[in-house]
Amino acid sequence: MIIDLRRCDGCQSVGKPPQCTAACIQGHFAPEPMEWIQVYEGELPGGGTQFIPAPCQQCQNPPCVNVCPVGATFSTPEGTVLIDQDRCIGCRICMAACPYDRRFFNWGTAPVPPEARLARYDIEHQVPARKGTVMKCDFCPDMMRADVLPYCVQGCPNQAIYYGDMEEDVASNGKEVVVASRFLAENQAYRLKEAMKTKPRVYYISGHGEAVGRDPFTKGRLPTKWPWTEQVEGADTWKR
Amino acid sequence: MEEVRTWRERLERTALAPVTKTSRGYYVWVAFLLAVIGWGAYAYSRQLRDGLIVTGMRDRISWGLYITTFVFFIGISHAGTLISAILRVSHARWRTPITRMAEFITVVALVCGAIFVIIDLGRPDRVLNVIRYGRWQSPIIWDVLAITTYLTASIAYLFLPMIPDLALFRDRLAGRVSGWRIWLYDLLSVRWQGTRAQWRSIGAAITTAMILIIPIAVSVHTVVSWIFAMTLREPWNSTIFGAFFVAGAIFSGVATLIIVMAVLRKVYHLEEYITEKHFVYLGYLLAALALIMMYGNISEYLTTGYKLEEGAEFHFRQLFLEQFAGFYWFYFIGGLVVPGLLILLPWTRNIWGVVLASVLVVAAMWIERYFIVVSGFRVPLMPYEPSTYAPTWVELSVMAAGFALFALLITLFVKVFPIIAIWEVAEDQESVEVAPAARRFAPGATPEPAEGGGR
Repeated sequence: MIIDLRRCDGCQSVGKPPQCTAACIQGHFAPEPMEWIQVYEGELPGGGTQFIPAPCQQCQNPPCVNVCPVGATFSTPEGTVLIDQDRCIGCRICMAACPYDRRFFNWGTAPVPPEARLARYDIEHQVPARKGTVMKCDFCPDMMRADVLPYCVQGCPNQAIYYGDMEEDVASNGKEVVVASRFLAENQAYRLKEAMKTKPRVYYISGHGEAVGRDPFTKGRLPTKWPWTEQVEGADTWKR
Repeated sequence: MEEVRTWRERLERTALAPVTKTSRGYYVWVAFLLAVIGWGAYAYSRQLRDGLIVTGMRDRISWGLYITTFVFFIGISHAGTLISAILRVSHARWRTPITRMAEFITVVALVCGAIFVIIDLGRPDRVLNVIRYGRWQSPIIWDVLAITTYLTASIAYLFLPMIPDLALFRDRLAGRVSGWRIWLYDLLSVRWQGTRAQWRSIGAAITTAMILIIPIAVSVHTVVSWIFAMTLREPWNSTIFGAFFVAGAIFSGVATLIIVMAVLRKVYHLEEYITEKHFVYLGYLLAALALIMMYGNISEYLTTGYKLEEGAEFHFRQLFLEQFAGFYWFYFIGGLVVPGLLILLPWTRNIWGVVLASVLVVAAMWIERYFIVVSGFRVPLMPYEPSTYAPTWVELSVMAAGFALFALLITLFVKVFPIIAIWEVAEDQESVEVAPAARRFAPGATPEPAEGGGR
C-alpha cells in the first residue's frame, strides 16, 4: 500500500469524517471505536499539520506475530498479517508489541448491526467480531482475490491510497496504475518508524494535502461516526 | 542430655500446636478470607459474563491491575529461593527456623500469580491453546515454561526437607487428629523411618534441589520482565530489565517473608525460635537489596534521561512530575530510602522497625510494578492524546481476592503441615550444644533429629 499524503486532506474538502475509515467500517462492520485505518493529524516540524491515514502497517518483520503465544496472528505467504479470532486467547501481548497502535481488542460485546452476526466467520474478513479477541486491518485479502480494491482505497475521494503487489511491482488507486518501485523512488517514499526495522508494507509519500489544495494551517478533521442505527442486543460501547 | 530432651519436646509441642489446637479467631479469620475471595469470585463472574469491558483497561493501556499483581506475586515467590536455597548453600545456620515459611510463600505466591495471568485473558476458555499451539518464540510461552518449572521445583524443594517432619507428625499425632490427616501424613512421609540410607538419600536430594532451584528462580523473573522488554515500547526497552526485576523480586520476597514471619510468630508463639536476630539479619538483606534497587533505578534512568530520546521525555515527565509522580516518589522514598534508614539506624533496628520497613517495601514494590506496566503503555505511539487508566471495582475486588487467597493458603498450610523445619532446627541446636562439629545432614551422629521414631 502506498499512501500519498500530498492528496490527503483528512476529508476537509468534502466536509465529512475521513472516508477511508468510513468505508472500512461499513465493509468490515468494524465495531466502535475501532478505526482500522485511522487518520492521525501529525504536527509538521515547522508548524502546521499533516494528515496520516494509518492502516495496519503489515510489517515484513511483524513484532506482533513474533510475540503471539499461540500463533493466532501470523504472516500469510502473500505477506499480510492476519488474526485467527478462533484461536486468539486474548492475552494482548501483540497490542503491547505493536509500535503503531494498530491493534484493537473486543472488550465487550461488539456494537455492530444485527446483520453482522449472520455472516460466516472468516479469518480474511473478521466478521462477526468475537468478544475477548484482537482485531485489526487485514488488507482485505478476500477483496484482492475478487479483483476489487480494498474499502479504504475505494472510499478515498482524492485517490490518495494505492494498493498493489510488490512482486508484480504494480499499484493502483482506482484511477491510475503505477509502477510501484518507480513511484516510490521518484517520490522519496518513506515508512513509519523505519529505524525499528519492522519493515512495513505501507509506504508514505510526504505531504500535507497540497495536491488537493489543503492549507497546512487549517487544522482538525471531523470525528469518525459509526453508521448503525440498530445494534446487536446487549452491545457495549467503549472508548480506545 | 536432660536439658536437650526437654528442649526437643518443647520444640515438637510448639510445632504441633497449630495442628492440634484451633482457636475461634482462626475460624473468624478464615471466614473473613473466604468472604473476600467469594466477593472476588462474584466480580470475576461479571467479567466472564460481560468481557474485559468491566475493567478499566482499553486498547491503549491494555494491561493493568491484573498483570501488575501477576508480576508482584511472581516477585514475592522469590522469598523461598533466596532464604532457603542461597542460605542453605552458604551454610547460614540461622536460617533453619524460617526456611519452611519461605518455601511455602514461594509455592503459594506462584499459584496466586499464575491465576492472575488467566484472569487477565480475554478468552480464559481457550487457555489450553497455550499448550496446543504454543510457540517457543513468544515471551508468554517462556513464562509458562519458566513458571511451571519453578512451581514444580518449588513444590519438590518444599516437600523434600519436610519428609522427616511429616513422619514425626505421622507418629506423634496418631490417634489425636482426624483420620484423613493421618492418612495424609502417612502418604506424604513416604515410609520415612530415619534410617541411615534414608538420611543419605534425602541429603543428596535436598542438595540437588537447592542448587537447581537458584538458576530456575533467576530465570523466572527474568522472563517475566521480558514480557515487557521484548516489545518496542520506549520505557521497557532496557537491557537492565531482567536483572532489575530479579533484584526487585528478591527485595519484595524478603519483605513478605518478614511480614509472614512476624504474624506467625505472634499467632503461634514461635518467639523462642524466631528471634529478633532473624528479623535483623533479614533486615540487613533488605537494606542491601534497597541499595541495589536504588542503583538499578539510577543506572536505568540516568542512561536514558541523559540522552532523552523520543518518548523518554514524555515518560520522564509522567513518571517524575505528573500522573505517576506520587507513585514513583512513594516507591523511591517510602519503599527504598525510609526502609533502608529504619534498618540501618540503631534506634529502629528491632522487630517493629524491620516489620514496618517490610510493609513499606511490599506496598512500594506493588506500586513499582503498577507504574512500570501502566506508564509504559501510556507513552503515545502515534500522534494521539495520551490515554488514562483507572482500575474498576471488578479489578480491585479480584485483586483483593488474590491477596486473600494468598493469606488463606498460608493459613491452611500452617494447620496441616509443620510450620518450622523441626529436624533442621533440632539438628542445628544439637550441633551447637552437643557436638559443635556435627556434619550437615549428620545421619548417625545426631541422636534422633526428628527421625520420626520407629513404628
